[in-house]
Amino acid sequence: MSKKLFDGRSGSRQRSFARPTDDPLWLKALLGAITVGFIGILLLLPLVLVFKEAFADGVGAFVRAVIEPDTLASVRLSLMAAVIAVPLNSLFGIAAAWCVAKFDFPGKTFLVTLIDLPFSVSPVVSGLIYVLVFGAQGWFGKYLIGHDVHILFALPGIVLATIFVTFPFVARELIPLMQDQGRDEEEAAATLGASGLGTFLRITLPNIKWGLLYSVLLCNARALGEFGAVSVVSGHIRGQTNTMPLHVELLYNNYDYVGAFAVSALLAMLALITLALKSLLEWRYADELAAVHRR
Amino acid sequence: MSAIGLKIPLPRSRHVLPGFSLSLGFTLFYLTGIVLIPLLALIIRPFELGWDGFWTAISTPRVLASLRLSFGMSALAAVIDSVFGFIIAWVLVRYRFPGRGVLDAIIDLPFALPTAVAGIALSTLYAPNGWLGSLLIPYGIRIAYTPWGVLVAMVFIGLPFSVRTLEPVLGEIGHEVEEAAATLGATRVQTITKVVIPMLMPALLTGAAMAFARGVGEYGSIIFIAGNIPMVSEIAPLLIVTKLEQFDYAGAAAIGVIMLAASFVMLLALNGLQAWSASRR
Repeated sequence: MSKKLFDGRSGSRQRSFARPTDDPLWLKALLGAITVGFIGILLLLPLVLVFKEAFADGVGAFVRAVIEPDTLASVRLSLMAAVIAVPLNSLFGIAAAWCVAKFDFPGKTFLVTLIDLPFSVSPVVSGLIYVLVFGAQGWFGKYLIGHDVHILFALPGIVLATIFVTFPFVARELIPLMQDQGRDEEEAAATLGASGLGTFLRITLPNIKWGLLYSVLLCNARALGEFGAVSVVSGHIRGQTNTMPLHVELLYNNYDYVGAFAVSALLAMLALITLALKSLLEWRYADELAAVHRR
Repeated sequence: MSAIGLKIPLPRSRHVLPGFSLSLGFTLFYLTGIVLIPLLALIIRPFELGWDGFWTAISTPRVLASLRLSFGMSALAAVIDSVFGFIIAWVLVRYRFPGRGVLDAIIDLPFALPTAVAGIALSTLYAPNGWLGSLLIPYGIRIAYTPWGVLVAMVFIGLPFSVRTLEPVLGEIGHEVEEAAATLGATRVQTITKVVIPMLMPALLTGAAMAFARGVGEYGSIIFIAGNIPMVSEIAPLLIVTKLEQFDYAGAAAIGVIMLAASFVMLLALNGLQAWSASRR
């Protein structure tokens, strides 16, 4: 506000002068060109290429590649992994945010650091750890083989790896958001005799709903798109344990470029929809997201 | 027992709000089961053969070459991302032009686009017969299937980190400080190098550290473009996968432990940077 006032005053008096903080036109043009060029070549060109290659042999070839049974099986598997992983991580995120934001206890900062940990672990390492626990030579390997329980190279392993890589998404959005909102409203409700669940459903949930939606959106995109971690635990059985990104790799390595880019185009569309919704939420509900996302 | 229990009031919770034990209990249970126990399995594994076993697994030339490539290239990528991230953040925060919103939203593409998709797209783009690769071949520059391909992929996935950490700080600085510097007789270059960049330093370093950490661990977007030639363009995460396929669990875990240790160091460095930037506000 004060900036606006100041700008208005200086603007009327110094209209004919360049303001000291304005970059000269040539610099604006240069930096603008670097920005557009860098984003265009580095980010946009790969995106354009995905769609161009997917439709290289026409729409018919694209559709045929998408409705191919193994491709549909990979879509089904990816959706299944996300449908299990995302709600579990959301539940965890809400629980973690509730205890961190609404209560004081020793070791809180350390707990938050631990929750963030999976983000800084390499995807391949994220898969590796489950191989070391459940693999044939792993901790529970012999027991699992003896009881004919399949975790690796099957859905449970894929779900576990997906949960690990998307672990902090909801928690790290909700923790700062609920810390900002404080505990006054919930405490008032509790004083007036509301039950715990009632307080959560009527006070907390409405307060965090856009932040929750925002983080679920990002969590879901990562769950459907994860490659490295899932690759290590999946076993790559075509039509059975191949998720969409793994199927992209398989088709690409078999020189089926239209097929690989057709599945990629589906994933790229999902990414674009996610980005659009994310921008919409940041623009429309900025006040109800964690401060880091406010523009 | 129960009769006494009924008479003596139960120790009341110190908290006004309910659900502390439930939420903390679930959080700790889930965290331990999903993250901590499997990570422990990784940390213990390579030491089953003692320090010597761990050291033998790590010190082969192929492992050392892959670690050098992963860490070296992601450091370079972090520098490139910081330089261009600064320019991009400056343009997006300071200038108003049509299409700015779209450019700004596109920055997050490497976060949202699955890494395998980015990998095959970059590989096709920079291959000798690709849109960009064919332009560079006449100059004798090959990117795909060389270590430079690794660099391109790391720059791609690291860019959002530096832009997104710089943008809010650059917006917060505002024009006042720069106007003050100009009033006191600083030239524009002096203002930028002596006022703006020092103020941005924590954010610049944070963004670079995040891009570096992401680059070191990245797998999907790199393996397609790298060519994966042992000793030349083979990244450490790929070597983990290769060792797993050969059922060399301890060898894979040894590289994994090195990378995990690097993640811990980066996490500590980032926490330190955050404390530093908070103390400067």
